[in-house]
Amino acid sequence: MSDADLPLWVTIPGTFLLVTGGLLTLVAGIGLLRLPQFFMRMHPPTMGTTLGAGCVLIASMLTSSAMLGRPVIHELLITLFVVVTAPVTSMLLMRAGVYRSGARARLAPNDDAAGDRADEQSGTDRS
Amino acid sequence: MNAVFDWAAWFASLCFVIAMVCATARLFIGPNAQDRILALDTFYINAMLTLLMLGIRSDSTVYFDMALLIALFGFVSTIALAKFLLRGEVIEP
Repeated sequence: MSDADLPLWVTIPGTFLLVTGGLLTLVAGIGLLRLPQFFMRMHPPTMGTTLGAGCVLIASMLTSSAMLGRPVIHELLITLFVVVTAPVTSMLLMRAGVYRSGARARLAPNDDAAGDRADEQSGTDRS
Repeated sequence: MNAVFDWAAWFASLCFVIAMVCATARLFIGPNAQDRILALDTFYINAMLTLLMLGIRSDSTVYFDMALLIALFGFVSTIALAKFLLRGEVIEP
């Protein structure tokens, strides 16, 4: 490793933040893989996106500030972007899930292929 | 003390890679299209975090730009796919 002279005020919070962010993201991935329904699966990746990414970005900010010898706040850009865009993505995906599950339940008596085609066409006309 | 920090950096990278593997598995076995889009969303966030970990472990600032680009394009692609599922087309007349 090239960072042979990191000071102590970077090492201790950096280690804590990296381990916390890694564990949160790992739990998010396992939850995404293991939960049984789509609306349950919406929950874990939001935790990994906001809290895990926030921990890693703060640790990156500390490390690059210590290595360059001046305050580096580039990572605030990614933090701001992720915090702004994660709810938008979640709401659009959730609305797509609600729309698709509702449309599929209404078209239950038909066969699958025709139901899918009618589903998409009605989605176009509905706008 | 730096050994502890290096260990934490490797541990975080390993966690992100395992989360990427989980997201890839959900991408392949997801029963619906929205499951696959959610898995893609998680996948690009984890790829961005892995690039940031590369930037922490090797002291260069090039990885930051790549992480920002991945965040931008991932957001646009996820919004486009979710909009396509929701409305049937992406850019409406």
